[in-house]
Amino acid sequence: MSTSEGTLITPADFAGAGSSGEVSERGKFGVFGGRYVPEALIPALDEVAAEYEKARNDLAFIREFDHLLRTYAGRPTTLTDVPRFAEQAGGARVILKREDLTHTGAHKINNVLGQALLTKRLGKKRVIAETGAGQHGVATATAAALMGLECVIYMGAVDCERQALNVARMKLLGATVVPVTNGSQTLKDAINEAFRDWVTNVDSTHYLFGTVAGPYPFPGIVRDFARIIGVEARRQILELTGRLPDAICAAVGGGSNAIGIMHAFIGDAGVQLHGYEAGGRGLESGEHALTLTAGSIGVLHGSRTYVLQDDEGQTIESHSISAGLDYPGVGPEHAWLKDTGRATYHGITDAEAMEAFALLARTEGIIPAIESSHALAGALKLGRELGPDANILVNLSGRGDKDMGTAMKYFNL
Amino acid sequence: MTTLATVFEKARAENRAALVGYLPAGFPTIDGAIAAATAMVEAGCDVIEIGLPYSDPLMDGPTIQDAVHRALENGTRIADVMRTVEGVAKSGAATLVMTYWNPIDRYGADRFARDLANAGGVGTITPDLTPEEAGPWRESSASAGIDTVFLVAPSSTEERIGIVAECCTGFVYAASLMGVTGARESVGSAAEGLVKRTRPHAKVPICVGLGVGNGKQAAEVAAYADGVIVGSAFIRRMLDAPNEREGLQQVRELASELAAGVRR
Repeated sequence: MSTSEGTLITPADFAGAGSSGEVSERGKFGVFGGRYVPEALIPALDEVAAEYEKARNDLAFIREFDHLLRTYAGRPTTLTDVPRFAEQAGGARVILKREDLTHTGAHKINNVLGQALLTKRLGKKRVIAETGAGQHGVATATAAALMGLECVIYMGAVDCERQALNVARMKLLGATVVPVTNGSQTLKDAINEAFRDWVTNVDSTHYLFGTVAGPYPFPGIVRDFARIIGVEARRQILELTGRLPDAICAAVGGGSNAIGIMHAFIGDAGVQLHGYEAGGRGLESGEHALTLTAGSIGVLHGSRTYVLQDDEGQTIESHSISAGLDYPGVGPEHAWLKDTGRATYHGITDAEAMEAFALLARTEGIIPAIESSHALAGALKLGRELGPDANILVNLSGRGDKDMGTAMKYFNL
Repeated sequence: MTTLATVFEKARAENRAALVGYLPAGFPTIDGAIAAATAMVEAGCDVIEIGLPYSDPLMDGPTIQDAVHRALENGTRIADVMRTVEGVAKSGAATLVMTYWNPIDRYGADRFARDLANAGGVGTITPDLTPEEAGPWRESSASAGIDTVFLVAPSSTEERIGIVAECCTGFVYAASLMGVTGARESVGSAAEGLVKRTRPHAKVPICVGLGVGNGKQAAEVAAYADGVIVGSAFIRRMLDAPNEREGLQQVRELASELAAGVRR
């Protein structure tokens, strides 16, 4: 395969250090990021960082990743105009980036294929991962099956229940799913448990981290593998509309789909970047996952970032109708994008997200993930602000099949 | 106030290792923890680490997770941790706080160091604070006159051991195995090698923790380390006891067994 013609990604598409204010020294984004982990893990993190640095400069690695994205993940994903949906968005033009059409049904596949290749380069035979909605777990189990790696997925017991279908998918793919019953029994506790496994089995195991959070080098690696979303979308929207979009909307939990679509546009000053967090039952209710909107700066899961915490630094449990956004931390690069003002973050309540979920299904025949529905709800509001001349690009990060149980209850279907 | 330096000097004079016991504040209750730690000191612990209960203890195994969860359910706050330190320090042990970084970060590094020193605490162990991020905490601790203990692990390279040891005052904490806290059948075989590798870099004594739970193991470790750290085994006894009084008795017995172990 040639590296230019017909190729999705090139070495330049791997962002690397410095591209968005990231300081190469231990992965700092301004004051955010860094490494707050047991010393026992430092050698493993150093090893991952060093191997990734080699990989991203290795044409053979890039070709292999590119080949998998094209022939296995189903890239490039298309853009879809959604005019009937956009009627509710003040007449603005709304264009979806269809990550829901990738293999396994969400953007998570991009990162796991990259990291599974990295696992092989590291000579490790076992991967572990945390999962909230189950999408990263399914994607990891998929890549592990594809590459013959042993796979253990940690998933909060509460999430196992609300995403039972994904638990079954992971099992069918050959993964062991460990329900985590401590703490809030959701994503944050699954991450704690995965770290405990990693520190015990680090010689044989790669922690296939699922989002742009965690200690250096994970935020940068996961971003680079997800970055293809924005790289593609930028090319496609120029082709489709002849210009850059006025705004980009993406849902933010840990922040991987959002950074994935935003990153290639950070240098385009005219493109507004909007992230939508889970407002749950509303800010006042205290039951939300508004980490950037209502949290404060602290350290969680190995990284300095915004955190939902009390006055003594204890993590406050988050809430969202969507398991994938139910997380009291967020990737450090988003914290940095917020503080520099380059991106703006807002809350979308459960009710607003579910309304957008149903609206897209009814008007366009697309059932989105509830996570992505937060971005759709954001686009509806933003369209009314920006007016009919605006082009809004929304990352439709995943499909909603996994959410039918929740939808059946919510809408009495 | 007994300092770490005095503790290790005394142990060396007696040709033995020091015994370090861990217990989280607020477990089983705030006063219960003070009573248990005091019993540990009376039965032979030289140093007490008071754990600051934290919602996301990612280096701890199920036993400490359980105890910490109960402490948080009891509403344990940092003021209670300080009060616990004050109570335990009166027993004559050098008393440290073991805590994940975020609670100190949130409380304010200078304020935490000052309050800990005022409570009679002699230092902290911060298992998730790497030397790269530890600059501000080392400064705050130095101004308050308290020690900073960091960890080395079997996976640590020579270079890392050097960097970590450089930041340690009081002692260096050598994690005996790759894993989380909790008593094990046997102490990791890597521990002795790690102590040996750390020795040339350390200006202060080296204590070994993780996996030590009985007198025999304490004796094994005491043969090559300056101190033996035991946590989960104490908590296990308290969790398994039918009542607090019995738990206290169990803790006392274990401390005596371990104290005999470090003197073998």
